[in-house]
Amino acid sequence: MQLTSRAKPVDRKPMTWLERIYLWNIFKGMMITLSHLFKRKATIKYPEEKRSFSKVFRGLHILNRDEEGRERCTACGLCAVACPAEAITMEAAERQPGEENLYREEKYAAKYEINMLRCIFCGYCEEACPKDAIYLSQTFAPANYGRQGFIYKKTDLLIPDPKTDPEGYRKAKGEA
Amino acid sequence: MADEQQLFKVTIDNITVEVAPGTTILMAARQIGGDVTPPAMCFYSKLQGSGGKCRTCLVEVSKGSEKDPRPMPKLVASCRTTVMDGMEVKNITSDRVLDARAGVTEFLLLNHPLDCPICDQAGECHLQDLSYEHGKEGTRYEFSRRTFEKENIGPYIQLHMTRCILCYRCTYVADQLTNTRVHGVLDRGDHAEISTYISKAIDNDFSGNMIDVCPVGALTDKTFRFKNRVWFTKPVSAHRDCPTCCGKVTLWNRGDEVLRVTARKDQWGEVESYDGKPGWICNTCRFDKKDLNDWVIEGPAHVSRHSVISANHYEKAIKPQETVPEVMGGRKPKLLMDIHDVSDVNDPDVDLSKINGPATGATFTKK
Repeated sequence: MQLTSRAKPVDRKPMTWLERIYLWNIFKGMMITLSHLFKRKATIKYPEEKRSFSKVFRGLHILNRDEEGRERCTACGLCAVACPAEAITMEAAERQPGEENLYREEKYAAKYEINMLRCIFCGYCEEACPKDAIYLSQTFAPANYGRQGFIYKKTDLLIPDPKTDPEGYRKAKGEA
Repeated sequence: MADEQQLFKVTIDNITVEVAPGTTILMAARQIGGDVTPPAMCFYSKLQGSGGKCRTCLVEVSKGSEKDPRPMPKLVASCRTTVMDGMEVKNITSDRVLDARAGVTEFLLLNHPLDCPICDQAGECHLQDLSYEHGKEGTRYEFSRRTFEKENIGPYIQLHMTRCILCYRCTYVADQLTNTRVHGVLDRGDHAEISTYISKAIDNDFSGNMIDVCPVGALTDKTFRFKNRVWFTKPVSAHRDCPTCCGKVTLWNRGDEVLRVTARKDQWGEVESYDGKPGWICNTCRFDKKDLNDWVIEGPAHVSRHSVISANHYEKAIKPQETVPEVMGGRKPKLLMDIHDVSDVNDPDVDLSKINGPATGATFTKK
């Protein structure tokens, strides 16, 4: 039974004199190697040079702030219920008088954690969010020796405050 | 039998059912069940005199009765219209009804703040269900909505007047379950609001049932406020020997913490009846018994498949036996990382069920 038309029978003819001295075949191989010196490289010098991601790349999450620097997240839990990997957990708290400049709504996420070991970067949390609070950015989680470093908390996720760090805020928004 | 009544034949959406005279169209439709049952925001079968206010249960009567087959000229509120023999009713088979109901839904949402991400009722809210069923979850309203000054009506119940749709159910609860009603609807028209007169605390022992009858998030449990979303809690049927009420409740747990206690609800979202009596529960059961040891657990509560609460809710799950200690001679599997060492969420040291009000930022700051 023939599976493909490209099958070749094994050549069992005795080698010719040119083949027997091997030098010619070695030379042929070296020519291929040499020709690659003048071709475009397939690799990049990674840490100095980085490949650009696609516009729709889904990387590490960020928690958004509004223009006044207040956290947008209200701990509604829609990202957590949408998450197929159950990577997102949170604890809600009530905004106290005097905290109006910190949190946008009456309720806020006192704790917000994403387990990057569980996360599959599907972006459903971003889709589910009714408050424009969570986005997937263009970076990926750096490698780590321990598992502890992959539990991302609010301090890791929140973007810089436009009041105290306007430069960082604009950079996080992709405007700088 | 001598006292046997003549039953009325009524046809709702081409399904015929025989009901006793004096039954409303809505209750007849509930006997059929399923999609032909009109939704009800203000009608509550366990509260006498309720209904006729929200107009979501509008139906078309295409044939008045056997004797007078003329159709009714306008859509009628099915919760207040009693059946006649040979009546033919159109609910979901009538475009007029569906159109009118979608309009009513939009009207109910006119002044509703749509703050579902914050609201504790989200996930079990009848207004949310109604608006999604009619494709009216968005809003076309561009003007400022009515707002109210926040009022404290006691330590147990949180009033959000902006979310209220003025169904009057809570006033009927106060009238029919307690001997003194201290709250009601003040002012008229656009200014009408549920309030206590004047700034009185509601402290009757059965006042907590106002939370259960409220179809929206206007009256919510202060002891559960912001502690968790309902779809992350596990509803469990439980009972206790209560001297004042039936003691049959649903516990909403997270792990071993009892975050909330409510009365058991039937398929219409109403309090379930036991021996013909509605199973209202007292405030002691609802607000003070937040410990698993206070209750006798019966098993997971039944949750309708269409509800978001049914996500990760297994009613007949068999917990598999842990095989690792058995195979390894009693040795437990080695944990590579205990999540509580790193995570601040679901901290074993923070027991949310033990604090009375909503958590604040200070609740979670590590000691």
